[in-house]
Amino acid sequence: MPFASLQLDDQGNLRHFLTIEGLGRDLLTRILDTAESFAGVTDRSVKKVPLLRGRVIANLFFETSTRTRTTFELAAKRLSADVLNLNISTSATAKGETLLDTLRNLEAMHVDMFVVRHADSGAAHFIAAHADPGVSVVNAGDGGHAHPTQAMLDVFTIRRAKGELTPLKVAIVGDILHSRVARSQIAALNTLGVSEVRVVAPRTLLPKDARSLGVHVFSDLEAGIRDVDVVIMLRLQRERMRGALLPSEHEYFQLYGLTDERLEAAKPDAIVMHPGPINRGVEMDSLVADGPRSVILQQVSHGIAIRMAVMSMAMQASGGENP
Amino acid sequence: MAEAGILSLIDGIAERLKTKLRNRNIPDPAMIGIHSGGVWVAQRLHERLGLSEPLGELDISFYRDDFTRIGMNPQVRPSTIPFEVDDRHIVLVDDVLQTGRTIRAALNEIFDYGRPASVVLVTLLERSGRELPIEADVAGLSPPLQAHEQVKLNGPDPLELIIVEKPLTTPES
Repeated sequence: MPFASLQLDDQGNLRHFLTIEGLGRDLLTRILDTAESFAGVTDRSVKKVPLLRGRVIANLFFETSTRTRTTFELAAKRLSADVLNLNISTSATAKGETLLDTLRNLEAMHVDMFVVRHADSGAAHFIAAHADPGVSVVNAGDGGHAHPTQAMLDVFTIRRAKGELTPLKVAIVGDILHSRVARSQIAALNTLGVSEVRVVAPRTLLPKDARSLGVHVFSDLEAGIRDVDVVIMLRLQRERMRGALLPSEHEYFQLYGLTDERLEAAKPDAIVMHPGPINRGVEMDSLVADGPRSVILQQVSHGIAIRMAVMSMAMQASGGENP
Repeated sequence: MAEAGILSLIDGIAERLKTKLRNRNIPDPAMIGIHSGGVWVAQRLHERLGLSEPLGELDISFYRDDFTRIGMNPQVRPSTIPFEVDDRHIVLVDDVLQTGRTIRAALNEIFDYGRPASVVLVTLLERSGRELPIEADVAGLSPPLQAHEQVKLNGPDPLELIIVEKPLTTPES
């Protein structure tokens, strides 16, 4: 079954959130608008709403993560859901239990939603395809495929900083080849009608089909970020690299590391983003990461609001089926 | 009912509300309107009362009791309460009081901002169909309506009250 049809119910509402591909501009905009309402919850004396009271959300992290897992957990708690954190790499699968057996056991505990991170592409889709009809699945990153909530929080951060998305030029810099974040960002930015999406990377870190993603491809950093409104730096994914794709991290920084000097090529009010964790001195200079144009920590805060929006919107369909 | 009629209703509400607040010895309350109709009514009331604090706006979508049945409201607006709720006297404003469920949700949301000193409920209209022990302190009009008739406030410019035929299943207010 294709992702798109699995993600949406008959009325076009979100049922699972697995990938940006196949979701329309209206739905993505509704996610951003809903997140805008959730963002205000943080400023109140009681920082939670009762929306998902009595629901159980399981964080299934087959791959390690700090930021993503904690913001998903915090988002679920701010929706008043009960949260189970399962660090599966050290749990049942290490004893030989299959993914489906783990899933069935959790369903028997009446879990309403799975938040899944897995090193294999398609893992969240597999779980969504095999889960009970009343259970929703949110992809928190699957292999080199997709990381849709990260892309949505990035777009949310851009919209909050810049307002209207359509006139913007956005450059994504770094390891495009291994980056599920980049794939999801490109899909989200294009769906939302951003006028120009660029990728900037050495040829060895670009997918072969880069142009077919609907982006302008650059191999020179300064040319690639010239006159852009947004610079998104990607993490150099050392753990995913096989073979000698790069001469050295030092040389990478010489050519692709973002410094204040290089940033002058971008628009004077350009913002700098990074999904974290940052390799300081590899992708970017500390002066940029901590500088006035950096919105990196805002991205983290926005991750909570976006995940609240996605979880509450995906939960509705399962609720609708079991009144 | 057209705008002129609604505005004179609001004039009447404002006078009765002033008396009520004077009797309760509340000189400067803060006001909160419930999206969407309640905000439109509250904007006009707020002006007539000349309150010092800016108007608060609530979207109670995250506090509804029918989330499991109908899911997320596709059009949620941010709630904004631009004043400290703790120890404030609050005037809560909605367009139509029917079941009382919206008010229940609004009270719950207000209490997540802080502990108000008191809450006074003002509605443009009240009608039959209460499902919770909630009553308006000041209501502009109590029209006799059949259960299948629903009143709807269109707005914000101009305001217009209309009666629509509705199936009995999901009363909104």
